[in-house]
Amino acid sequence: MKKKLIVSVILLLIAVLPAAAQTSVAKVVPHIDFGNTAWIIVATALVMFMTIPGLALFYGGLVRRKNVLNILMQCFIIMAIISIEWVVFGYSMTFGTTTGFLAPYIGGFHWAFLNNIGINDISPYFVSQQNARIPHLLFVMFQCMFAVITPALIIGAFAERINFKGFVVFSLLWAIFVYNPVAHWIWSSSGWLFKMGTLDFAGGIVVHINAGIAALVTAVMLGKRKDYRGHAIPPHNIPFVVMGAAFLWFGWYGFNAGSALAADGLSVNAFLVTHIAAATAAVTWVIIDMLYDKKPTLVGICTGAVAGLAAVTPAAGYIGLSGAIVIGAIVSIVCFFMVAHVKERFGYDDSLDAFGVHGMGGIIGSVLTGVLATPLIQSAYSGLLYGNVHQFNVQLIAVGTIILYSGVMTIIIFKLVEKTVGIRATKQEESVGLDETLHNEIAYTTID
Amino acid sequence: MKKIEAIIRRAKFEEVKEALHAIDIQWFSYWDITGAGKEKEDMVVRGQLFESNYIQRRMISIVVRDQNLDKTIKAIMESAWTGELGDGKIFVSTIDETYRIRNGQSGPDALY
Repeated sequence: MKKKLIVSVILLLIAVLPAAAQTSVAKVVPHIDFGNTAWIIVATALVMFMTIPGLALFYGGLVRRKNVLNILMQCFIIMAIISIEWVVFGYSMTFGTTTGFLAPYIGGFHWAFLNNIGINDISPYFVSQQNARIPHLLFVMFQCMFAVITPALIIGAFAERINFKGFVVFSLLWAIFVYNPVAHWIWSSSGWLFKMGTLDFAGGIVVHINAGIAALVTAVMLGKRKDYRGHAIPPHNIPFVVMGAAFLWFGWYGFNAGSALAADGLSVNAFLVTHIAAATAAVTWVIIDMLYDKKPTLVGICTGAVAGLAAVTPAAGYIGLSGAIVIGAIVSIVCFFMVAHVKERFGYDDSLDAFGVHGMGGIIGSVLTGVLATPLIQSAYSGLLYGNVHQFNVQLIAVGTIILYSGVMTIIIFKLVEKTVGIRATKQEESVGLDETLHNEIAYTTID
Repeated sequence: MKKIEAIIRRAKFEEVKEALHAIDIQWFSYWDITGAGKEKEDMVVRGQLFESNYIQRRMISIVVRDQNLDKTIKAIMESAWTGELGDGKIFVSTIDETYRIRNGQSGPDALY
């Protein structure tokens, strides 16, 4: 009996020993962490979900019935085309680190076709987890979804009057010559704005300001819709708008919390502030709606939530709860007046308020990041509120630069496409509806 | 036989239907219709207030025997009335012939 006991205890110790040995030796070299990888794979899928069906339905519901398929098609084809562009050379151009005098402005072709990236290579990029990393290819995929959604946001500006070929060529050129360089400047470790200290956690500048300015430019250059009478045309399917907004909110968790490139405390903070900024902005918009027009509208609450999400995007890794509430409230107030008054006053037809909501939201959020960034979240970063004037100035420089670059480049690309492929739909196409004339399809049949 | 086409407010439809049932006019067609008229509707999209010329109404179409014409019109007029601009219109036209498809019957008796 006693012998059996001793033998079992010895066997038990032998079984436990290796585990004990493992816990005492922590990994101090960069390696693939499965927990972080699992989360970022999901985050990548969430950001994909934001473009289709999120943005597709959000914008699709806001246009007239005769144009809804056109909007959905634009989102879908961008997902396809820009994804291919990204892996063929876009990623390399944006995140490739080269040497030489061009390095601060653009990457190289070292990673074209994702050459030289093995499936088990670790990502060169991380935020707070230096050793627990995700696979390099996952970083490529995650960034791919950002590269896709940015040109898709511009759709809101030229909705209902752009022709298909012109749209595809424009979006592709824009992605290559505007998105990629800007993303390189702000997110690549060799980018000049990154080195200056620009804070853009998940793309307030790279995505929202970038697309928002392009939206304003194209809206003005393309001209108004034929039936535009100075006010928004009623949406044809508000349930779609609601679904789209909800999907965007849901996917935004991947957009912001995923930008931590890990499943850690910083990621969860981004999750929290994203959610609260959206909630605050939504409620604020409802309040303004009720003060203004006496009735809370569904389109209003959806717009408010999206504005809040856009504004918190650059700040998600640098602010806490109070910052989220402040950003949510301010952006809602500003964007409400942008879409309700400023647009009418200046007379441009930004059909779905891509500039009014995303552009302005991004600007407000990026500037407020320079004010509200707190060392309580990441000790290395602080804003004006904590005495860091430099950070505030850097944010202004970055915002101003991208406004200028995106504006000028969009004008050039627009003109180029207009002169070669043609960009505006004909009067006939616009009257009958783009679904029938450009795609030969009708969204909702009334008979069978 | 006369055809009565009445454009009435959507909110008044149930009242009109009940008034017609009360005088034994049980069968008619109806559909939603959009019109342009003197009335303007206040609309708001994303904080922008504007007036819209597109007015939503409902159209009822009834074919009745000549002797039922007056009471039908009276019933519709009374039940669809609110006194506000936009109450609607009633049009009366003459029907040359009516047929029942099931048995080929014609004339006023082919009506219900």
